[in-house]
Amino acid sequence: MNSQKILALNGLSKTFGSVIANHNVSLDLYRGEVLALLGENGAGKTTLMNMIFGHYMPDSGSVDIEDTSGAFVPLSLGHPQAAIAAGIGMVHQHFTLAENLDALDNIMLGAERLNRLRRNKAAARGKVKDIMKESGLSAPLTVPVGQLTVGERQRVEILKALYRDVKILVLDEPTAVLTPQEADTLFGNIGKMTKNGLSVIFISHKLREVLAFSHRIAVLRHGAKVGEIATSQADERKIARMMVGSETEEHTRKLMPPGKPILCFEKVSVSGRSRRESLECIDLAVNECEILGIAGVSGNGQTALAGLISGMLRPNTGNIFVDGVAVKDVRPSVMVDAGVGRIPEDRHRDGIVGTMSVAENMIIECLDDQAVQRRGLLKWDTIQAQAEKMTVKYDVRGPGIEAPAQLLSGGNIQKLILARVFEAKPKLILANQPTRGLDMGAAADVAKRLLEARARGAGVVLISEDLDEILSLSDRIMVMNDGELTLAKTRDRAELGLLMAGDAE
Amino acid sequence: MIRIEPRQSSSALMTYGIPVLSAIISLLLASIPLTFSGAPIGASYFEMFKGVFGSKFAFSEMLTRATPLIFTGLAVALAFRARLWNIGAEGQLYLGAMAAVAVGTGVFDVPGVILIPMIMVMGCVAGATGMAVPTLLKTKFGADEVVTTLLLNFIILIFLQYMLEGPFKDPMGLGWPQSSPILDQGMLPPLMDRMRIHSGLIIALICAITAQFMLARSVWGLKLRAIGENPSAARHAGIRVNRTLMSAAIISGALAGMAGVSEVAGLKGYLTSDLSPGFGYTGIVVAMLAGLSPLGVVAAAIFIASVFVGADSMSRAMGVSSYLADLVVSTSLLCVLVGGFVARFKFVRLIQKKEVTQ
Amino acid sequence: MDILQILLSESFWAASLRIATPLIFGVLGALICEKSGVLNLGIEGIFVAGAMTGWLAVWLGAGLWGGVLVAALAGGFFGLIHAVLTVPLGLSQHVSGLGVTLFATSVSYFSYRTALPTVTSPPRIEPFRPLDMPFLSDLPFFGPVLFQQTALTWLALFMVGLVWYVLNRTALGIAIKAVGDNPNSIDAQGLSVYALRTGAVVAGSALMALGGAFLTMSAFDAFFFGMVNGRGWVCIALVIFASWRPGKALLGALLFGAFDALQVRLQTEVGALVPSQVFLAAPYVLSIFALVIAARSADYPRALLTPWFKGQR
Repeated sequence: MNSQKILALNGLSKTFGSVIANHNVSLDLYRGEVLALLGENGAGKTTLMNMIFGHYMPDSGSVDIEDTSGAFVPLSLGHPQAAIAAGIGMVHQHFTLAENLDALDNIMLGAERLNRLRRNKAAARGKVKDIMKESGLSAPLTVPVGQLTVGERQRVEILKALYRDVKILVLDEPTAVLTPQEADTLFGNIGKMTKNGLSVIFISHKLREVLAFSHRIAVLRHGAKVGEIATSQADERKIARMMVGSETEEHTRKLMPPGKPILCFEKVSVSGRSRRESLECIDLAVNECEILGIAGVSGNGQTALAGLISGMLRPNTGNIFVDGVAVKDVRPSVMVDAGVGRIPEDRHRDGIVGTMSVAENMIIECLDDQAVQRRGLLKWDTIQAQAEKMTVKYDVRGPGIEAPAQLLSGGNIQKLILARVFEAKPKLILANQPTRGLDMGAAADVAKRLLEARARGAGVVLISEDLDEILSLSDRIMVMNDGELTLAKTRDRAELGLLMAGDAE
Repeated sequence: MIRIEPRQSSSALMTYGIPVLSAIISLLLASIPLTFSGAPIGASYFEMFKGVFGSKFAFSEMLTRATPLIFTGLAVALAFRARLWNIGAEGQLYLGAMAAVAVGTGVFDVPGVILIPMIMVMGCVAGATGMAVPTLLKTKFGADEVVTTLLLNFIILIFLQYMLEGPFKDPMGLGWPQSSPILDQGMLPPLMDRMRIHSGLIIALICAITAQFMLARSVWGLKLRAIGENPSAARHAGIRVNRTLMSAAIISGALAGMAGVSEVAGLKGYLTSDLSPGFGYTGIVVAMLAGLSPLGVVAAAIFIASVFVGADSMSRAMGVSSYLADLVVSTSLLCVLVGGFVARFKFVRLIQKKEVTQ
Repeated sequence: MDILQILLSESFWAASLRIATPLIFGVLGALICEKSGVLNLGIEGIFVAGAMTGWLAVWLGAGLWGGVLVAALAGGFFGLIHAVLTVPLGLSQHVSGLGVTLFATSVSYFSYRTALPTVTSPPRIEPFRPLDMPFLSDLPFFGPVLFQQTALTWLALFMVGLVWYVLNRTALGIAIKAVGDNPNSIDAQGLSVYALRTGAVVAGSALMALGGAFLTMSAFDAFFFGMVNGRGWVCIALVIFASWRPGKALLGALLFGAFDALQVRLQTEVGALVPSQVFLAAPYVLSIFALVIAARSADYPRALLTPWFKGQR
């Protein structure tokens, strides 16, 4: 590894409204190194990288970068084109690809002048082929990107950056959408590229891959840099402590004998937008007093499974039984009435109506209930009193029950949803990525509530990408891959990883 | 360097101030076209003011003009609240008017206590049908209701011409394409002697108050707001989106139909193809100025009606084209749109940044 | 038998192409706007503005092509208003578009009345004449159909090819398609989402205005109130029918023109049996049908109607 410094961040700070996203972060990057930027969700990793890349304007601080002559010059901030010109490329977690264009068009986008009447696609294709050979990355170039797999799209993103002759490549949670095996291949390719002088910053919250693939680790917590360590001197315990402040602890999960089945799928099929998002002949049983963990990389049929349980999707064939009764007309309100509580994956999109008040969001699932209405008119006093009580009981903090729900923080929105779901005393709870994007405190609260519901006798379906969460909460684990559910007979991470990749047996 | 950030919440001052300010700005901007047409500015504005507030008659004329605008404004506001883009209030107005003529011109010669409700119900049903069809096309086939309701306006107007030249044609009308008059007992009672103002205004006000209450305090209103603000979350919560959308469409169409009923059975007495000078389209401006609030619709309708009546009287006195009123109305819509942006976002001057880099 | 005769007649196809011309301009303009992610319901008003300003310029003494240029500039101006409201400000594209239609219409009507306060019958100009091409115009069938059209019709046909070429073969077109699919793809590559969308809306609106100019400078020779009569809205329906493809847009406009020409001719054949209004309403009904048929299968630009703000992702 070369020890020549090529990028320096000097005291970057950024606030969004009253939220401090980054505070006085300074960081250096050296040629040919892989720097891991580690931190929990919401620690400010992505914001920091977006400032380097010009998507966000920092409130204060500066960035210096080595220019072509080897001198250190300040980078003009707030302009992606300046970052690109200086040799910085970024692969965003949410891909920035136009899905109606093929990979080559996406790669060429922005690299060619817009006022030309002709394009030189042949030359571009040649250059991309060369880059593919050098880096080991490959992707189909002539198919619309919308038809590519997630892994292929990510490779297109990286190729897009390399095409602009980057010296520094920023990868934002590159493995979030990949199976462990795909992730290994990616890091293999990154290793190859850094040998040629590329420097890589990759963002992650996964201790294992950070330890395995980086040269140096910088840890962010609550927007500030709390530590920097050479990977050779780090171990899991050490960096976990830096990341969360104290060591993570396992939830104490009492063993309970499972009761009678509360949710049964009998040969259920549903067709989604793609084959991966479809389910074929699924059988599933969840019992009372049981948490069933569904592990797997997103986009392998979880959306369809959650859609069926929450009533958003109707099965094409097969039967769904809740508490022994077949559900004929699968609709959200029917599932709620049957005793299913649903914690949606995208809480902003499906969980709340942001512009409506906290109190209204509390009752939105039980509008036909005589407790909240009489002859079509809302019992406003009762609703308000109930909302006040629930915000206290579930610790929903915000500007009050009359305020629009969108003013709450992510954690408090989730608590609002928990209040709505758990107050109805559901027999079955669907928790779809319930802690995604939450801070430690709110995440612990979700876990506590789920365990409480289980103790009360409810069955829980927990869908999560976070294997640690699945392992610590679930009584049984099933793995979802390519629209198929497999019961895991093991709790071993490596074997679960293989199951997730569909490489078992 | 200026940065734009979303506001945490908009204050009451913003909510009420922006429409008022937009109205004032659009009125002030009218001085530009006034200058072009060579009219003295001050005198023109005075004439405009006098045209509305100069006499009891002028004022009552303004309220008469506001009546259909309250109906169409409510129709648009309720539909827009549900994110249903009803641009077809103009056509639904004529459907309501045609229904009023169909039952009110002699087919049923019954006392007013029966005939008036019958005319109103039929007008509402006809208007509601006019919005239910495009809504059905939207929910069943995904056909964009903006385009279908817009095109339906033209189809309905052509249908009206056919009816006026055929089945509805007044045998005593000297060949003009106009309908037979509504029976006397079928007319909505006037409110003042020798004035054109009629009880349609009272019905419009009752509709506005009811709509305001139902929107805020009824299950239906909550569902309607939910499907408008976040259809995905509403569906997840068990609200039947398409059903609620259809109910919003029916109420919206019925209100637009009532505008037609009120014009035919309250004001004109018979139907012609120029019954509405674009009340349906102006209803969109009214609803937007009102911030889609039913009570706000009343205020906005009064403002727009004042502009029309005032500009009419001014244009007669000063020889300025009466299209000035349309100009003011459309400018006010653009102003309130920009105002809505100012309300949602704030401009932050980045001063500290300079201090740090120096 | 009668229909067959009509379909084989030269005048029918010449009329179809003539009726289709303003729609070709309008559909192409709307298509460019929507490909970049912006619905432009200002189209109806922009048609009016193009018709009025183009005509007025010629009436005031400009040449015919000067009038076309003035119309395009007027269209671009009203397009710019829509672009400012919907692109950087991110306001509702539906409402802003309707606002622009109301504004452009009232500005045009007011200006017309102010410029000509006293005239009772609309003054006439000398409109575009059919292009007379040696030999070609004398061809049987194709001669009259193609080579007796005015220069504006030829411009419209040329525009179909140009728009197709720009959207599919140039970097600018690729960028416009990308910004209508995923604006972040443009931002991440250091291009300006705002500039691309604003440019597309302004250019598209200028094209729309040419559709209006065709009405007063080629199809007719004067400006009337209400002469646009929903043609803009028809274009919005045709874009969906055409699945945002220039070639299919031309086809849609021609089909529409042919149908319109057919109904006029049928009217004389069966006019006694069917009320004339049935034929008048037919184009609008047809548009709704086209919309219903195409709506489900149409692949909308993914970012259509979605505002994008810098630094908020």
